[in-house]
Amino acid sequence: MSKNSLGDYLRRFSVPIMFVIICVICAPISGLSPSYLINEIVTRMGRNAFLILSLLIPIMAGMGLNFSMTLGAMAGEIGLILVCDWQIVSIPGMVLAMIISIPISALLGLFCGKVLNMAKGREMITSYIISFFINGIYQLIVLYLMGPVIPIKHSTIKLPRGYGVRNTVSLLSMRQKLDNLIPLTIAGVKIPVATFLVVFVLCLVIIWFRKTKLGQDMRAVGQDMEVARDAGINVERTRIISMVLSTVLAGIGMIIYLQNMGNIATYSSHSQIGMFCIAALLVGGASVDKASIGNVFLGIVLFHTMFIVAPKAGTVITGDSMIGEYFRVFVSYAVITVALIMYETNKRKNKSKESQQLALEQENANG
Amino acid sequence: MEKAPLLEMRNIRKDFFGNQVLEDINLTLREGEVIGLVGENGAGKSTLMKILFGADVIRETGGYGGEIILNSEKVSFNSPFEAIEKGIGMVHQEFSLIPGFAATENILLNRESKKKSVLSELFSDRMDTLDRKEMDKRADEAIRKMGVNIDQDMRISDMPVGHKQFTEIARELSKEQLKLLILDEPTAVLTEKEAEALLESIRGMAKRGIAVIFITHRLGEILAVCDRVVTMRDGRVVNEVNAKDTSVAEITKWMVGRDVGAGSASYVTEDTGKDKRIILSIDKLWVDMPGETVRNVKLDVREGEILGIGGLAGQGKLGIPNGVMGLYPAGGKVTFNGEEIPLNNPRKCLDASFAFVSEDRRGVGLLLDESLEWNIAFPAMQVQNKFLKLYLGGLIKWRDDKAIKEITSKYIDELAIKCTSTTQKAKELSGGNQQKVCLAKAFALEPKLLFVSEPTRGIDVGAKALVLDALKKFNKEKGVTVVMVSSELEELRQTCDRIAIISGGKVAGILPSGEKLEKFGELMLKNC
Repeated sequence: MSKNSLGDYLRRFSVPIMFVIICVICAPISGLSPSYLINEIVTRMGRNAFLILSLLIPIMAGMGLNFSMTLGAMAGEIGLILVCDWQIVSIPGMVLAMIISIPISALLGLFCGKVLNMAKGREMITSYIISFFINGIYQLIVLYLMGPVIPIKHSTIKLPRGYGVRNTVSLLSMRQKLDNLIPLTIAGVKIPVATFLVVFVLCLVIIWFRKTKLGQDMRAVGQDMEVARDAGINVERTRIISMVLSTVLAGIGMIIYLQNMGNIATYSSHSQIGMFCIAALLVGGASVDKASIGNVFLGIVLFHTMFIVAPKAGTVITGDSMIGEYFRVFVSYAVITVALIMYETNKRKNKSKESQQLALEQENANG
Repeated sequence: MEKAPLLEMRNIRKDFFGNQVLEDINLTLREGEVIGLVGENGAGKSTLMKILFGADVIRETGGYGGEIILNSEKVSFNSPFEAIEKGIGMVHQEFSLIPGFAATENILLNRESKKKSVLSELFSDRMDTLDRKEMDKRADEAIRKMGVNIDQDMRISDMPVGHKQFTEIARELSKEQLKLLILDEPTAVLTEKEAEALLESIRGMAKRGIAVIFITHRLGEILAVCDRVVTMRDGRVVNEVNAKDTSVAEITKWMVGRDVGAGSASYVTEDTGKDKRIILSIDKLWVDMPGETVRNVKLDVREGEILGIGGLAGQGKLGIPNGVMGLYPAGGKVTFNGEEIPLNNPRKCLDASFAFVSEDRRGVGLLLDESLEWNIAFPAMQVQNKFLKLYLGGLIKWRDDKAIKEITSKYIDELAIKCTSTTQKAKELSGGNQQKVCLAKAFALEPKLLFVSEPTRGIDVGAKALVLDALKKFNKEKGVTVVMVSSELEELRQTCDRIAIISGGKVAGILPSGEKLEKFGELMLKNC
């Protein structure tokens, strides 16, 4: 079974191939200039890469797509809101926001990991529901506790009623400060060098991490928990560590994401981010149990090209820009659904392969 | 003066909740000695090894009696890790390997060679990086120690099954402290050539001073490689002999030889039904049931008989009824009453009036949270529209609770099911009574052919007799053909007309149940 036929490859990469086709068809229709398109993709690459990379570790540990990366995103937002109120600007503000977010994400990751250890084999649905639950707590903190309990001074952040945070928090003071730290423009394309450097370092860390004892343990746990346990690996602890790491990275990723956007939609920024990141990763050819750094970057290029060109193409064709908006949301959910179905059918197919093997053996025996 | 033995097990006793499975086992083992441990399933070999290896299940069920002395030191292991630390290694029947890892990674799983890194100072030594070169060297050493060549960079999932087994053995050999290796049926999955290589490697290990306990059903191998043979039966060591002073035939006799002759009067000794019509014919059947693979089985069942299917565990006897009834993927041809029954389709089997009493009582057999009434009537209701009141020409079907209660009471009386009422929940009954409910459920279907799988597993002696009698009565009074699968040969001999012995997934032979025990023993070991 080591030889894969062309059909197997096509099936494995069916989602990326589908997206290449969509992009190739939509790009000329949209009438967007190539330089605009490249600019947009480069920007989004810097904006999203860190967030999506945070998904890799739980996949390695066999915990599937980490829908609860939203938890880290919320921690990042809390950090940013506080830093904004303290009027610490630019890069130091971002760093401080990250420092604040790390213990919060670590705690949330610990909680999430413990819950997921109780729900082995159902990690994805559990982490999805946990993200809703924690969203409730986040709203409680941001809407009611910020003001009376956690001091918020500035009226640009506080709701007029005296407590709670406004719908939008402006991050003008740190908008694209990281992106523009090292200015570089090549052929009209603005390149966020510093952001890319941070992403690059994270990639190196992930590659290095795979070679560590902990990384090896995670891969072992991901493939067979029982065997790993028999060999003396602390399965539960390893899984918790992977969740903590992923959540912390997601928190930092969210801060990088928001500095590029330039404002926080306090009550909605995080809610879709998990879905879009997971969809992008899957579009890059990852599956529930296998994902690489290459998948991340291919995914960002394809998914966001679609994001940019589809609404425009929709407007050109139908004269209605809403159709494109609808399309991008619809496609993200569709991609995730397809990936989950493919994961299940592959599992089933491998099982029936064993049966076929048995039938074949017997035919040979009977001559 | 002779050196003290490496291992001494003295008066080992073990019971599972009052059920004595090991009694007064004494075993000594010297450095570099190979002993063969043989016995039927349920003789207590596995339990004895679990005690030695410190398996959790032993501690959880109340520990054991007697003492184990390793290297002149009394030991009692609380977990396999303690046993490993003291130099005991075990290769289990089921593989314990990570499928996506290369052989090297599996051999050194959780014992990898490491290099310090910056972060390991900051956090823990789990941040050390792996030293691949050193790992390759160590794995290579272990493989060479074993004496069988395997590709250490090959992924487990790409390996033939024999190489997986060798990887497991190499993993044990890579542990430097290893002094005693337990091999639990290592050759069961190997080809003849691979098995030969393994035996050679066992000899090599013995020369290096590693003691080996070799458990297998292939007696020829035992004689070829072991110094001594220990035979166990019913939880006791019945014989211990030097390998060169015995023969396969002798060992077989010790293994199965109960008090032959006692009560043999009731056995059917002759094949009386040769002229009977073949009602079910199974041809070229394969079944992919994990652990009970069936290969190329041809079996004819005669009308009105009780056919027993016996054999050692894991040889495929359970796969036959499960495959025919469509519970596991299967292929081949099954003909019933001249009509071909499609496989992998339980409903078609039920429509052809087959019934199946599964060995998985709690999983497949019963609706645990439902009442006895529902349990007994449910299949008949679903499959045959029994116990239903039809209105509007069958458009609306209502449950006929009165009829259900009636039939349930009838079977409760007939099978002496101990319960508080017909509405008691199935999960509240004892194992024996649950089994009777399973039978009642099958009886209520009024099948033409009844498959019964391990009907007496885990139930006490009294209930056993009742269940077997009920089966016999059902067979005689209603003329139902019964195919009964059981691990207990004695029980098959008392109940059945003929017994087919399954070995290595195939029918090794069919004997009338009064045949000599040795004959059955031979067949059981034929292909395994």
